[in-house]
Amino acid sequence: MSNIYSAIKISDHVYWVGAIDWTIRDFHGYTTPRGSTYNAYLIMADKITLIDTVKAPFKDEMLSRISSVVDPSKIKYIISNHSEMDHSGCLPEVIDMIKPEKVFASAIGVKTLKELFHNEHEIIPVADGERLSLGNMELTFMETRMIHWPDSMFSYLAKDELLFSQDAFGMHLASLERFTDEIPQATLEYEAATYYANIVLPYSAVVLKALDKVSATGWKINIIAPDHGTVWRKDLGKILELYSKWAGQKPTVKAVVVYATMWHSTEKMAGAISEALAGEGIKVRLLSMNETHRSEVVYEVLNAGALIVGSSTLNNNILPQMADVMTYLKGLKPANLIGAAFGSYGWSGESVRHLEEMLKEMKVEIAAPSVSTKHVPDTAVLAKCQELGKTIAASLLKRINDTR
Amino acid sequence: MTKYVCGVCGYVYDPDKGDDDGGIPAGTSFEKLPDDWACPVCGASKDEFSPE
Ligand SMILES: [Fe+2]
Ligand SMILES: [Fe+2]
Ligand SMILES: [Zn+2]
Repeated sequence: MSNIYSAIKISDHVYWVGAIDWTIRDFHGYTTPRGSTYNAYLIMADKITLIDTVKAPFKDEMLSRISSVVDPSKIKYIISNHSEMDHSGCLPEVIDMIKPEKVFASAIGVKTLKELFHNEHEIIPVADGERLSLGNMELTFMETRMIHWPDSMFSYLAKDELLFSQDAFGMHLASLERFTDEIPQATLEYEAATYYANIVLPYSAVVLKALDKVSATGWKINIIAPDHGTVWRKDLGKILELYSKWAGQKPTVKAVVVYATMWHSTEKMAGAISEALAGEGIKVRLLSMNETHRSEVVYEVLNAGALIVGSSTLNNNILPQMADVMTYLKGLKPANLIGAAFGSYGWSGESVRHLEEMLKEMKVEIAAPSVSTKHVPDTAVLAKCQELGKTIAASLLKRINDTR
Repeated sequence: MTKYVCGVCGYVYDPDKGDDDGGIPAGTSFEKLPDDWACPVCGASKDEFSPE
C-alpha cells in the first residue's frame, strides 16, 4: 500500500502524527479561513504512547502517519488530554484496532468519554500531578479544568522538556510546516489571538491561574505541542506572554462599533460615532454584521476597551444578525468593557433598549446615553451620535489612565 | 462558614468573599445563595457543589 502521509519528528522521542484539515471553514460556528489540524503525538518510549487522536474522518491519515514510524499495534498507551470530538472522534475505533494495554484520561475525561461513546472500553483516570512511567521516561499530568472543557489536562514529558497542551496555545491553521517559527509572524499572532478569543476567552481567570500553576512546577519547557496548528519550539516566552495579556483583558485605546442596518440609517449613525471616536484618538473597528462573521467581531473585541452596538428595529426586535453576535459575545464573556447602544426605527423602536439590556447582561458598563432615531438621522441626531462617540472616548481614556 | 467546591471546574465558593460578579455580597453562606445561582467559572448549578 502506498502511503502519502509521514510523521514529523518534533523532539528526540516525539513525532507529530496528526491530520491536516485543509477544507474546514466552520468550526462549530467559529470561522476558520485557514483550515486546521488535529494534532496527535507519538512518544517512542519503551511503552510507545499516543497522545490524543483526531477527528473521526481523519483516522486513516493519523494511522498512516504512525505507520511511517512504527506499526500502530505496538502502541501500548493512549492518553486523552481532551475529550472533545476533534481529538477523540476516532478513539473508540483506534482502541478496537490497536488494542493498547491501557488508556488514560483525567477523572472528568473518563466520564466525558463514556457520555460521548457509550461503550465498555476501560479508561483509567489519572489525578492532577500524577506520574506515569513509560519505562525509560515518564509523563506527568496536570489538570487544566475549563481550558477549555472540564476534562482538559496537560501532559508533560520531562525527558524531552515537552508540554502537550491540548487546545491551549493552539490555532486553526492548516499547514505542512509543523513549527510556529516557520509561519509568518502576522499570520501567527492573528490565528493564535482569534483562537483565544473564540475558544478560550470565557475562562481567562482560569488561564491566569493555570499559567501560575505551570510556572510553579518548575518544569523546564522547550517545546509546547498543542492539539491544533503548529508546534512552539522557539521563543516560548512570547506565546505565554500573549496568553497572560489576553487573559488579563486590560482595556486598550480601542473601540469596536458593531451594527446591523436595514436602510442605511443605523449605518450612518455608526459612521458618525466612529468618526468622532477616531477624532479623540481612539482606534476604531467599524463592523457591519450584514457582512462580518461573529468570530471576527470577538477577535476585535479581545483587548478592546469599548463595545458600541447598533441595530435597526425589525418587528419590535433587534435584527437577527445582531442577536447572533450578541449571543456569541455574551457566552465568550469579554471583560472590562464600556459601551453604548444606537439604532434607527420606523414606528416602535425597541432595538436600542434591547441592546442596552444585553450589554448590561454582558457586564458592559453603559458609559454614554444611547441614541435612537425615527427613520433617517438628521443633523441633530448625527450630532448626538458624535457626542456619544466623544463621551465614550473620554470615559475610555480616563479608565485607561486610572488603571495604569 | 464552609467553603464549597464546584464538582465540574474546581471553583471554590468562599462565603467570606461572596461572588461579586454574581451580585452576592461577602458573608453570604453557600446555603443562602439563591437557587438559580451558578458557578461563575463554568455555569454549573448549585447541586454540583460539595463542601470543601
Ligand atoms: Fe476543545
Ligand atoms: Fe480542539
Ligand atoms: Zn464550575
